[in-house]
Amino acid sequence: MEQAEKRPGVNPKEEDEKLGARGKGLAGTGCAGSGLKSRSTPQEPETGAGVNLEVQLGDLTLPNPVMPASGTFGFGEEYAPFLDLNRLGALVVKTITLEPTPGNPPPRLMETPSGLLNSIGLQNPGLEVFLREKLPYLRRFTPPLIVNIAGRTVEEYGELAARLSAAEGIAALEVNISCPNVREGGIVFGTVPEMAARVTATVKGQTHLPVIVKLTPNVTDITVLARAVEDAGADALSLINTLQGMAIDLETRRPALANIVGGLSGPAIKPVALCAVWRVARAVKIPVIGMGGIVTARDALEFLLAGARAVAVGTAGLVNPRAIIEVIDGIKAYLQEQGLQDVNELVGALRI
Amino acid sequence: MQKLEAEVVASIRIGPDICLLRLKAPAIAATARPGQFVHLRCGEGLDPLLRRPLSIHDSGDGELTLFYQVKGRGTAWLSRQHPGSKVDLLGPLGRGFTLVSGRRLALVAGGLGMAPLFFLARQARELGNEVDFFYGARNSRGLHRLEALEDLGIRLFIATDDGSAGFRGPVTALWEKQLKDNHYDRAYACGPRPALAAFARLAAAAAVPAEVSLEERMACGFGACRGCVTALRDSRGEKYYENVCTGGPVFDVAAVCWEG
Ligand SMILES: Cc1cc2nc3c(=O)[nH]c(=O)nc-3n(C[C@H](O)[C@H](O)[C@H](O)COP(=O)(O)OP(=O)(O)OC[C@H]3O[C@@H](n4cnc5c(N)ncnc54)[C@H](O)[C@@H]3O)c2cc1C
Ligand SMILES: Cc1cc2nc3c(=O)[nH]c(=O)nc-3n(C[C@H](O)[C@H](O)[C@H](O)COP(=O)(O)O)c2cc1C
Ligand code: FES
Repeated sequence: MEQAEKRPGVNPKEEDEKLGARGKGLAGTGCAGSGLKSRSTPQEPETGAGVNLEVQLGDLTLPNPVMPASGTFGFGEEYAPFLDLNRLGALVVKTITLEPTPGNPPPRLMETPSGLLNSIGLQNPGLEVFLREKLPYLRRFTPPLIVNIAGRTVEEYGELAARLSAAEGIAALEVNISCPNVREGGIVFGTVPEMAARVTATVKGQTHLPVIVKLTPNVTDITVLARAVEDAGADALSLINTLQGMAIDLETRRPALANIVGGLSGPAIKPVALCAVWRVARAVKIPVIGMGGIVTARDALEFLLAGARAVAVGTAGLVNPRAIIEVIDGIKAYLQEQGLQDVNELVGALRI
Repeated sequence: MQKLEAEVVASIRIGPDICLLRLKAPAIAATARPGQFVHLRCGEGLDPLLRRPLSIHDSGDGELTLFYQVKGRGTAWLSRQHPGSKVDLLGPLGRGFTLVSGRRLALVAGGLGMAPLFFLARQARELGNEVDFFYGARNSRGLHRLEALEDLGIRLFIATDDGSAGFRGPVTALWEKQLKDNHYDRAYACGPRPALAAFARLAAAAAVPAEVSLEERMACGFGACRGCVTALRDSRGEKYYENVCTGGPVFDVAAVCWEG
């Protein structure tokens, strides 16, 4: 099977035993346990009912095209009480940095019309803790695991790529050169084409894993950045990261976020994201993962038609932790309704 | 932790902008502990987008009771829900208060801080504790559920800023007076942050182990977004950020970084 190949070094038997133990622990919660046996006996096959949901991102095979967006999914465990992680197209973790990152001071969140403004600042426990404490848990699940990384320097991106590639159970790297909430790194690498290309090439040089580069919309022409990282060897693109935004409290006349500005996500940004995906998908040959404001299957389908080969659900999952499952089921239902056999038929099928 | 549609049993206005909401939610009510909260969708559309966190004011017989102030659009929507309508909620969320038995306890509530402390007072009494409840508000109109509190068999101490009921001054000053001649084994507080900081200073000076329930803006409520953090100090005095939704909302006063 695909997954066995994707996880060299993982002994399926040993892993199944772990799953069994875990399944017992969860039995009382009436949820995540249900899909634990899916390695051998899929209970809710995504390919069932004559519909194929499998998509290909370069060398990476996803059982279905819907994944969580980095930073809104924690390290997976946070969602386990609400859904079966084995049903997702991929698992995508919060950005990992080399050293632990404390993040920005609170308040870090502000609600805006149909949107969310955040200034988390890439808070994460660092590479060591990720490898030791988070990865063993994530390895238990069958969907490919995508680890998102950010460095303060080009060299740090390279080191993260090398060390993660040496670990077992990681299917791809997503390179974050687009966080608007950190002073060093992040956005600087994502807005200057030469820097974006250097980061991409450096990561490629340090890993055998597929490399997905995540782009920011906060640039004059996102297709220029997309082409630059494609030329530097990127295997796929994720777009978009959050849009820079701001909110002000009229009572106190102070910025609503301690960091003054933050990144805007949620339904409010969907038209911007869709447009970026459409323009980039026509400008590059590598596959695009579309994200930004996806709440329902219909939103996701728009991204597929615009040219995205896969999609990610971010903010919507924070509001409805089951949103991602509803998107997967909704895509399947739409395909059946339309009499289509394969989700890939929709990719880029926009009529103009 | 569950996500479910709970049916509104009753929605009662007990003040111009204060509501009590009773929800039928047996799965949550069965495991809810004082200090925990629920996270509710307040509307059907995409605006308002985020859920609203509300403390569990009381729980039992398959029902949850919430006590809230109508502040903005979300709570205004909630106040318009009638018996029979369904509300989408996640819960019980967060870590609650440390429960003890057979002790002497002080509960200190500032304004809406009464919301989680009512549930704590009731359970604390059931566990055989002696409870002194200190309740402060701006004026007498800001004091709610006094009879229900007295029915719990607690001693009630009232403070108002304008002296329209009870002691004139901050509720923490009223507690400070009692602390002079009384010993408490533990103390708990919820209210505006400056009041909690004053409470923490008093508890430290009197060497009373104490816990507070904090508020922060939340998106997910279950630990995934890292948006709701507050600054804490670890055992070596190093500052770090902890989620209020999963690490709290209840924290030991000694761990909280009161200066921000
Ligand atoms: C753990 C916890 C428990 C709470 N328990 C209670 C309770 O029992 N009773 C009660 O009356 N209030 C409680 N609050 C505060 C309550 O969540 C807010 O008053 C409410 O979210 C306001 O929503 P709104 O749409 O009416 O107001 P708006 O001002 O329109 O809200 C705008 C945004 O700000 C957020 N927000 C506004 N005020 C607060 C606040 N004080 N804390 C966190 N987020 C806020 C809202 O959730 C929303 O995202 C609690 C807050 C937390 C964090
Ligand atoms: C609270 C929050 C935290 C985020 N953290 C990260 C992060 O650590 N790394 C990253 O690449 N993107 C991060 N993002 C961006 C999302 O992955 C996604 O690109 C963006 O939110 C748009 O999708 P959405 O509208 O579906 O949320 C974050 C977004 C939010 C809302
Ligand atoms: S609200 Fe998302 S981590 Fe606390």
